[in-house]
Amino acid sequence: MQTPRWVAAAVVLLLGLGCERDADPPAVRTAEPAPGASTTLTPLPNSIPNAAPEDGQWVRPAKDYASTRYSGLSEINTGNVANLKVAWTFSTGVLRGQEAAPIVAGNTMYVVTPYPNILYALDLTKPGETKWAYRPRPAAAAQGVACCDVVNRGAVFDNGRIFYNTLDNYTVAVDAANGREVWRTKLGDINLGETMTMAPLVVKGKVLVGNSGGEMGVRGWLTALNESDGSVAWRAYHTGPDADVLIGDSFKPFYAQDKGKDLGVRSWPPEAWKVGGGTTWGWISYDPSLDLIFYGTANPGPWNAEQRPGDNKWTSGAFARDPDDGQAKWFYQWNPHDLFDYDGINELILLDLPIKGATRKVLVRPERNGFIYVLDRTSGEVLSATPYAYLTSLKSVDLRTGRPIEVKEKEPQMGVVKRGICPAAPGAKDWNPSAYSPRTGLIYIPHNNLCMDFEGVEANYIAGTPYVGANVKIYAGPGGNRGEFTAWDPVNARPAWKIAERFPVFSAAVVTAGDVVFYGTMDGYFKALDARDGHELWRFKVGSGIIGQPVAYRGPDGKEYIAVLSGVGGWPGAIVAGQLDPRDSTAALGFADAMKDLPQYSTKGGTLYVFSL
Amino acid sequence: MTRALTAAICAGCVSLSAPSCAPSKPRAEVRELRVCADPNNLPFSNSRQEGFENKLANIIARDMNAKVQYTWWAQRRGFIRNTLNAGKCDVVMGVPSSFELALTTNAYYRSTYVFVTRKDRKIDVRSFDDPRLRNLRIGVHLVGDDGANTPPVHALSSRGVVGNVRGYMLAGDYSRPNPPARLIEAVVNGDVDIAIVWGPLAGYFAKAPAAALRIVPVSPAIDLPFLPQVYDISLAVRRSDKKLKAKLDAVLEREQGPIAALLAEYGVPRVGRASSLARS
Repeated sequence: MQTPRWVAAAVVLLLGLGCERDADPPAVRTAEPAPGASTTLTPLPNSIPNAAPEDGQWVRPAKDYASTRYSGLSEINTGNVANLKVAWTFSTGVLRGQEAAPIVAGNTMYVVTPYPNILYALDLTKPGETKWAYRPRPAAAAQGVACCDVVNRGAVFDNGRIFYNTLDNYTVAVDAANGREVWRTKLGDINLGETMTMAPLVVKGKVLVGNSGGEMGVRGWLTALNESDGSVAWRAYHTGPDADVLIGDSFKPFYAQDKGKDLGVRSWPPEAWKVGGGTTWGWISYDPSLDLIFYGTANPGPWNAEQRPGDNKWTSGAFARDPDDGQAKWFYQWNPHDLFDYDGINELILLDLPIKGATRKVLVRPERNGFIYVLDRTSGEVLSATPYAYLTSLKSVDLRTGRPIEVKEKEPQMGVVKRGICPAAPGAKDWNPSAYSPRTGLIYIPHNNLCMDFEGVEANYIAGTPYVGANVKIYAGPGGNRGEFTAWDPVNARPAWKIAERFPVFSAAVVTAGDVVFYGTMDGYFKALDARDGHELWRFKVGSGIIGQPVAYRGPDGKEYIAVLSGVGGWPGAIVAGQLDPRDSTAALGFADAMKDLPQYSTKGGTLYVFSL
Repeated sequence: MTRALTAAICAGCVSLSAPSCAPSKPRAEVRELRVCADPNNLPFSNSRQEGFENKLANIIARDMNAKVQYTWWAQRRGFIRNTLNAGKCDVVMGVPSSFELALTTNAYYRSTYVFVTRKDRKIDVRSFDDPRLRNLRIGVHLVGDDGANTPPVHALSSRGVVGNVRGYMLAGDYSRPNPPARLIEAVVNGDVDIAIVWGPLAGYFAKAPAAALRIVPVSPAIDLPFLPQVYDISLAVRRSDKKLKAKLDAVLEREQGPIAALLAEYGVPRVGRASSLARS
């Protein structure tokens, strides 16, 4: 059961939202080592597998295949970052949540906007001038299908082309030199509730893309398109028979519960897998030496949990697959029979770490359920799973079986009030990815400190039909801060330091060889911290809250630049970008209530900021 | 007084050229009833205005000496936000009376979830507690909102009826006519033995003699601990439009007869009387 003390604190916070205007963010939490506390850091210089020499570009969503978001640039460092200034800016002209990473290839930067998904090419030799714009003109009706603002998580550059997805389910290839469309392939149907929002990854001539819309009864998949012409090379579904999931003889999961025929059918009530969710709206990593891709699958849907008994495979887990034919190598399920909408799509950071005396090929996952997992990426074995945020819904992860141990009394039940479920549905951390520095051996995790209550039954109405759902209220966890920025030591499975933030932290992080880590906040501060101890070294107030992905690159002039999109929105920022009614406590599935003071701190925006010394 | 009923006196201003409606010229009052509706969702509404909510809009507009003007939008998540609350219209023709996203008028009907079966199958299930429900193939609607389902789904799962329940997405394939009707078709063609469907939808499709369907209100009407299968339905206006609500309440009161006839014509199963329309 929850402790009365923090429930009381949460209630006070709920009532007191909007009355804390003058409090200076961030308040530092004392429960963990404070910024500046002396911590012994162990550099792990060879911990990024297949690391390439720094080329000053940023061609993939996470810069490298290992998804580290680490830049080897060091011109901007702890000693001079205080002098960082705006070099140039660019308005995307779209006032919705800006979640994309700017892509830098050669002397050009590429920026994808939210719907209508315009791709801008910006000339870095004439900083910020537009070379061309490509407009895919997605169907307007797609806006009514997207669950959580009309976001797009960005593009990828490969072999002279830019690849990205449109909200109405096209993957497009655009000539990076002139903006001409090379091909476009339709992969899903908005009439069935499907959309596409994720950023592709290109691996060995295949453009890897996935769908969104699990709550609409969409069946999740990952699809590989041939880079040359956009034809479909393979598609792996995340529910259904093994043949559809691309599970064959080479599938060797580590844990017993993942072994057996057609579990994507048998772990569901009859036919529920056909509308079972498990979409792919997050990140893909690749290990060239193992020749495996790794990615997560989203939550099961759209039944409530009582109506879909079973593990609901292969939702809310991670697959390792062969990029050539899509065949699965292993699968691990973070959240069997997910009860709380804990999508399993967050980033998977590939590292080679010293674990108990041996160097292990691992992947690290700060999971929505509040645990940070270290898995052996050759086998899918869980080496450790440690809470990195406050949680009450799960006790621990049983390393023998690989299964999380649930707290029975937190399980939602229709019509039964359940309070203090932590983390809330957006998770201890949502999609916005972490960064890793081999110089500090730390993972920098932007995340949430949110809990939720399932209250009474609330009547709603769709397509002329009344329905009921739990009245979900989301609010700050212990401490009253809704966000946190945690530096995590994955070798010793412990936090090095933590920063408290007023709002959930929904921007990505980037860390550089200058030992500076950057992230943005929903109240519109772009911050630079000392990557070693978390001391804040610099901040800049941008026009609108940040939920995007900062990047570092070297310009044509040889200087280092840091770029980030400002423009609040997404699920947490829908109260601003979607102009939700703050009096509606259930708007944005209960998230708007936790964000009702955001409009005081941020208006809508859509501006790229580029900083340099 | 709302924009719909006063400012829009000159309904043609937007589309006609300016000289035809100079503001100084008095003319007969042609008011506008601005309605947001789904263009593809019979029996409620469609773009050919064949739904009972379309006809209801006509009844109300006639009473108010107004013309109906539609903004079409698929009734999915965000419908109220993108239509009524975005100012694209002033009235939505049907929402539960307890709806939180808008101000609701007095209820104009009360309906119930119903069991739908083929007459020739002679499956006379009347209660969620009927043991046959453990073995029949049951069709229900799926909503498409995490953790939310129609009330019959919760009534079934609380009785452990799970494995034999098949879901049909309410939103369905929107490129086909009236997506929620797929569930009724599943009963007709034998894909399921029984469906549990919101009354107006079932009543409309069961009316076609060829369908040969039987519809029976579910019981209990309120499943414990507190799960109603019965809902009052109202018109919705913006929360701030209290005057329009009052005006519409008066219209609903005056037009009770035609509204009752309309609902009967569309086969809407009604239970009790929508309380606010009952004369005390």
